[in-house]
Amino acid sequence: MPETSSWQPTASLENLRRRATLLADIRRFFAERQVLEMEVPILSRRATSDPHIDSIIADCSGAPAFLATSPEFGLKRLLAAGIGDCYYLGKAFRNGEAGGRHNPEFTMLEWYRVGWDDHRLMIEVGEFLSWVLKISHVRSYSYRALFLQHLDVDPHRASFEELKAVLARVLEISFEPAGRDECLDLLMSHHIEPAMGEGITLVYDFPASQAALARVEDDELGVPVARRFEAYVGGLELANGYWELTDAPEQLRRFEADQRYREDNDKSVNPFEERLVQALEAGMPNCAGVALGVDRLLMLACGAARIDEVIAFPIARA
Amino acid sequence: MGTYSTNEFKGGLKVMLDGDPCSIVDNEFVKPGKGQAFNRVKLRNLKTGRVWERTFRSGESLESADVMDRDMEYLYNDGEFFHFMEPETFEQHQADAKAVGDAAKWLKEQDICVVTLYNGAPLAVTPPNHVILEITDTDPGVRGDTAQGGTKPATLATGAVVKVPLFLEIGETIKVDTRTGEYLGRAKED
Repeated sequence: MPETSSWQPTASLENLRRRATLLADIRRFFAERQVLEMEVPILSRRATSDPHIDSIIADCSGAPAFLATSPEFGLKRLLAAGIGDCYYLGKAFRNGEAGGRHNPEFTMLEWYRVGWDDHRLMIEVGEFLSWVLKISHVRSYSYRALFLQHLDVDPHRASFEELKAVLARVLEISFEPAGRDECLDLLMSHHIEPAMGEGITLVYDFPASQAALARVEDDELGVPVARRFEAYVGGLELANGYWELTDAPEQLRRFEADQRYREDNDKSVNPFEERLVQALEAGMPNCAGVALGVDRLLMLACGAARIDEVIAFPIARA
Repeated sequence: MGTYSTNEFKGGLKVMLDGDPCSIVDNEFVKPGKGQAFNRVKLRNLKTGRVWERTFRSGESLESADVMDRDMEYLYNDGEFFHFMEPETFEQHQADAKAVGDAAKWLKEQDICVVTLYNGAPLAVTPPNHVILEITDTDPGVRGDTAQGGTKPATLATGAVVKVPLFLEIGETIKVDTRTGEYLGRAKED
């Protein structure tokens, strides 16, 4: 890109106007359903502990502060305080994530429904996406069903060796996979997602090892699965939802396991959000929540191939 | 030699993969929402020309390949090797038929080509985009047919065969695009 034009937005004015309409539509969708918009800190003294997400570290009054990788901790503390159904629509930040579908600073929509489980929320995610994108075709599959359909392998029961053999059949990789989860991530992102086709695809019942902050329960075959779901449109990953964990000791165990993983894998280890554990101890209502990438939603609404086409000033020009 | 990390991969970067020099064609960052980050990379093997797709863990690195492109004058072919010279240092390099590949049919003495050197030895040769060559064989010309648009095959001094308009004769020189093999026009007489 020549230096002289780098002051200009990378997105067309038409796409930027579409962004404004989309933000207004999102707020209208939730206003009509009595879901309340909340603001939570973008700058926090606590960081995510997620093994595969890195915070951007800032300096605030001489001490480290972390740019929020999602509004999750703040919203859950508000839920425990009794705010009820709520959402956040604003910026989130993830270090090192840049590419055709990623910008380190991005717009996230995250909402929570009190008293709902993951399956009830999936219905609403389907309604939301159909409404924004004017797509009526919504399909849902369990994670297992997708793997059986595309690769003829049961992702919950196959051994590491079996998964490696499936991987070798469909993909060339430069490294020895570290475990079952890495095999599953590669198969999902490189093989299954691109083959999902048009329309809205909802995937539920993820491997228990990839539960993050979702509950783990036995499925109909008695296999423990994470009550987590993802939404894709035309193979583009758009949203990730949970039937939220409300068990404080289990939450603390997961934070500690994450921290150990980060330490063992030479990743930065930062203070985790112990106030979320306190909030769960005090009692967070049973609820389901979902986070959705607004820039990607806009890419779909505009027919854009790259995230730069819908962000005025992506990181290279920010 | 240095190394490049996946976040530095970009089109045209020359790296070593499985012992062969490669040029990166495309690099896509792939990250499942709750999973780990990967880079899905397309690379062209500079020895075979084959394009590979390979997935790396984000943050992995590859050694840089000692590959560079140099402008060189084509001197002659001794029956086994093609000889090139760097115009400024007069340093000469010999390339075998494998390195020259398809470029051989466009090589005219004194033309400036791009010679790709790997560890100092020619790995590939790219002819100039446009070359001017003499027609050494073609069917007799048809007069007054300049507007008709018909074509016939013509053999050029270097052995290449291209389609030319019907009116052209043996001994005329023409300009050809080496990337497409397309006839561009008559060369100006001098």
